[in-house]
Amino acid sequence: MLRLLRRLGRPLGKVIEQLGRIAAFTGHILAVTVHPPLRLREFVDEVFKAGVLSILIICVSGMAVGMVLGLQGYNTLVRFGAENSLGAVVGLSLIREMGPVLTALLTTGRAGSAVTAEIGAMKATEQLDGLRMMAVDPIDYVIRPKAWAMVVAMPLLSALFIVAGIAGGYLVGVVLMGIDSGTFLSSLENAVDFDDDVAGSILKSVIFGTLVGLISTYRGYSATPTSAGVSAATTSTVVLASVSVLIFDYFITALWRV
Amino acid sequence: MAYGSRAVLRGVSCAFPPGTISVVLGGSGSGKSTILKLVGGLLRAQAGQVVVGGRDITSLSESQLYGVRRRLGMMFQNGALLDSLSVLENLSFPLREHSRLTRDQIKTRVHERLAAVGLEDVDDLMPRELSGGMVKRVALARALMQDPEILLVDEPFSGLDPLSTKLIEALLVRINRTRGMTMIVVSHHIPSTMRMAGHVVLLLPGSVVQGDPAALRSSEDARVRRFLTEDTDASEQILAHTHEFEAGEHAPVRRGGA
Ligand SMILES: Nc1ncnc2c1ncn2[C@@H]1O[C@H](COP(=O)(O)OP(=O)(O)OP(=O)(O)O)[C@@H](O)[C@H]1O
Ligand SMILES: [Mg+2]
Repeated sequence: MLRLLRRLGRPLGKVIEQLGRIAAFTGHILAVTVHPPLRLREFVDEVFKAGVLSILIICVSGMAVGMVLGLQGYNTLVRFGAENSLGAVVGLSLIREMGPVLTALLTTGRAGSAVTAEIGAMKATEQLDGLRMMAVDPIDYVIRPKAWAMVVAMPLLSALFIVAGIAGGYLVGVVLMGIDSGTFLSSLENAVDFDDDVAGSILKSVIFGTLVGLISTYRGYSATPTSAGVSAATTSTVVLASVSVLIFDYFITALWRV
Repeated sequence: MAYGSRAVLRGVSCAFPPGTISVVLGGSGSGKSTILKLVGGLLRAQAGQVVVGGRDITSLSESQLYGVRRRLGMMFQNGALLDSLSVLENLSFPLREHSRLTRDQIKTRVHERLAAVGLEDVDDLMPRELSGGMVKRVALARALMQDPEILLVDEPFSGLDPLSTKLIEALLVRINRTRGMTMIVVSHHIPSTMRMAGHVVLLLPGSVVQGDPAALRSSEDARVRRFLTEDTDASEQILAHTHEFEAGEHAPVRRGGA
């Protein structure tokens, strides 16, 4: 038993140390956030990189997921003669689960990895030290806009994913399977509750955005400043961010019932 | 100073007199860049003191260091330009961060500094579009943007043609004369070193020799003479010695105030 504890102890200590560092890092980001200048230009640039450039992949994936949901939902519901509720099934699964989670996973792969790689490369080429020598805090100038951009972009992308998904479900349900358009839409409208479903969906994606933003910037900032170090950090961002999104998803769902 | 368990600069004590151009000489890997990074507070020595402008910076926190760094300008060995910004934006950056000058005033100052290092019409080029020698000169111009009290320059002459070398040498001497700027220049270029230096610090395996250029030239020490005579065979011998020097252990670093 003791030996087991000891064996668990070391990695556990490492995990706790890492968590402590991430907490300090987060505190640092918050501290520089409340200080002027605002760095709107850098922030807008980052939202563009994380958000606007992800629009296509989000729309295509949302559409595809919506179509699959439409098809699977229809095939299941039709057994119970309940195909008229297809709108509710597609809408609710997208809003409550699929939208925020899949958007977070896609954004991690598309934008989170890029953030880590960029910061890591800046570190490897001494650009971060260069900033420090110009008396500019790299956490303020480089990290802060990237982290916040992720928090802001995530709910917007998730909303887009949901809209594209509902369109996909509509396409399959109404156009292919012949459900009445009015029936589909009113089932959707009646099922979705703003406070519960929509607010919960936004909460989820804001939390996921924070997670992905923090992990991707932290991994880049703490990367070993070599090509191999940066590539390892990028991989670890994708793994760590994806896994934590899925784990947090369970707890948010369990705690807030969204 | 040690990187992990790898000790560099062991028991080194040297002073850089204010208002003077000090040149740091030493074999590749002898720790010249490391000295500059210690003075800039980018690295922390395991033991000993680093005194800048009468202030011991070894005990300062990172945020206190930003105050010290505003009086320093540093040109990194690899330039460390921000590669997402154009040359104009790179040079404007320190002034945009720390001064209240208008856009036009900044632009005028940028062109002034670029002309001083012998560059023109490079405003819109990105760092990756510059040659090695151009990067060096842009980086030097950036270090000079805020008229620092102390200028740290890492190998300004490597990769430059003879004409540019003369130009940069003359520029450094002129600034030093007119503004009384303290300069620490790392260089391999013996002739220009001997012309411009008011003080020379030579890092030898296991020891440091310092003094004014004339004193060093007439030094009795065979190693010093070999280093200064530009004899390639001799230089290589010194390089061979340097490796023994690096393999020491943690030890005090002391640096007199500039
Ligand atoms: N980040 C680091 N980690 C481990 N060792 C390092 C690191 N940076 C430098 N060193 C070691 O410290 C020693 C001094 O390095 P430094 O860059 O100061 O040398 P230098 O005198 O500037 O050489 P050069 O003339 O080639 O630029 C070298 O032997 C190098 O191996
Ligand atoms: Mg060097």
